[in-house]
Amino acid sequence: MSSGFVIRENQYYDSVFLMGVNKRLSQMQGVQQTAALMGSERNKQLLAQIGVRGAAIDAAQPNDLIVAAIADTSQTVDALLASLDQALQAIEKSTPASTLHTLEEGLAEKPHANLALISVPGEYATREAMKALESGLNVFLFSSNVPLEQELHLKRFAAERGLLVMGPDCGTSLIGGVGIGFANAVRRGTIGAIGPSGTGLQEFTCQVHHAGLGISHAIGAGSHDLSDEIGGLTTLAALDALEADPQTEVIALVAKPPGAATLRRLTARLRTCAKPVVGCFLGARLDSVKGKASITWARTIDEAALAAVRQSGAKGAPPSRSSPQTAFGVRRQEASPPTIQLTEQERALASQTRSMWAAEQRHLRGVFAGGTFVYQSQQILHEAGLVVHSNAPLDPRFRLDHPDRSQAHTIVDMGDDDYTLGKPHPMIDGATRRERILAESHDPSLAILLLDFILGYNASMDPVGELLDAIVEARQAATRRGGALTVVASICGTEGDPQDLNLQATMLREAGAIVFRSNALAALFCCELLKPV
Amino acid sequence: MSGRIDELLHEPLVVVNLGVKRFADNLEAQEVEVVQVDWVPPAGGDQEMMELLEQLL
Repeated sequence: MSSGFVIRENQYYDSVFLMGVNKRLSQMQGVQQTAALMGSERNKQLLAQIGVRGAAIDAAQPNDLIVAAIADTSQTVDALLASLDQALQAIEKSTPASTLHTLEEGLAEKPHANLALISVPGEYATREAMKALESGLNVFLFSSNVPLEQELHLKRFAAERGLLVMGPDCGTSLIGGVGIGFANAVRRGTIGAIGPSGTGLQEFTCQVHHAGLGISHAIGAGSHDLSDEIGGLTTLAALDALEADPQTEVIALVAKPPGAATLRRLTARLRTCAKPVVGCFLGARLDSVKGKASITWARTIDEAALAAVRQSGAKGAPPSRSSPQTAFGVRRQEASPPTIQLTEQERALASQTRSMWAAEQRHLRGVFAGGTFVYQSQQILHEAGLVVHSNAPLDPRFRLDHPDRSQAHTIVDMGDDDYTLGKPHPMIDGATRRERILAESHDPSLAILLLDFILGYNASMDPVGELLDAIVEARQAATRRGGALTVVASICGTEGDPQDLNLQATMLREAGAIVFRSNALAALFCCELLKPV
Repeated sequence: MSGRIDELLHEPLVVVNLGVKRFADNLEAQEVEVVQVDWVPPAGGDQEMMELLEQLL
């Protein structure tokens, strides 16, 4: 094994650009690992972790490009590093550079701007966000790794100025029908949404869309907003905004359970809200929030969407169960509170499917891109009496000993820091999920492979295609052992998304997967597969 | 509701995109007015120098 690196001083590229370079370099034969990173302290530590060190790396600055390679031979390393310019030029060609390099220059170009979308490295994010706020701009802060005290400072400053800070670590918003970050092409309508989780908002807005209604605005608050350190400052500002917004009839809040003090503050505010509110705190026991304010509480994102659709007065006349839009996925029931259930056909399918398992097949393995789906699936499976292990556990007792090693029923969050430091998030590139599916395929106890696919702006253009050969291989491996692997998949997306929703679903079905249009239904189907006979 | 948040929700979005260009491309695809800034770390990324510069400016 051989390794090497090159450093290009004062050549700065954004993280998505570098992922493209890295992917191109890593495809060379004989290459074990490559890294294309800027020389921040965090990235230098990552390089040290994979065994790439040197005085020149220690001296590199955050605007110096470092490209490292580990390969079978030193000739391969040399050839790869020599091809760097070619890779850079190829990616640059597809993404022409801007001549503007600072917020001030951008503002000079668009003095009437009303939003700054910031995705710079975390250590610079507060500085840029503060400059944007000082210039009177609202902020969508995609950057993560922003210290909580800096987040609090930004949000207090924004509150004083009457501005909104969506984030840090904000993945999704839909403002007036426009998707910002990772968002789906969702119909406009009367339902407003707020949530700290990107995939939670994506799933909620898609379920509302599938039910025939639409979204006024969906406001991402950032993953730490409901912590007691931050106190829900963005969530509360968004509530004020949606309450005053004439287009919004119902407000939905989709989140993991807030901190205790924040929950008290939030429910006190919700009590005075002039519009109907639907709350969904995934993983919370409903009796812990029931009776607090005049809110409809939902267990799952699907049920929150159904409740919001019902509360909105159903002006858009949600389609009946038999219409094409509900053919697989959303169920609407008139009884209160709304619940989702499997159909009789789906129950029969579950029974028929599990009859094909070999004796040793008994475990579920979820390999997920969306963190909220990891959480929601665990909740649904736990409620069915199943113990599920995870690297992002709902119950800390069931944390995996090592994220790479599944134990009994496991759902692994491939978007967790364990898998995304220096690598693309699985919503952008399926490589790490593909590897994990192949690793799981060797386990004779594997009975169910549970997957989520997230479509929409900025996500991978072919999330199913990226995993297809691994899914097929996993199914064949189970067949070779005399059993049958059940692949259960959910797709979060709409027919208007840049990816072709129907094609993605068809590809999955042709590969033998059972496809649902929500994660909650896919998880319910797994409960049915695993229920005691 | 504050004027600036109200403006965000009710007037056409005009965005300064600082960083990942893909975000700007997807906003353009939705016919949003957006300017791309190819952000680079200020003062060569040196935090100490950056703070010094900010005090001077």
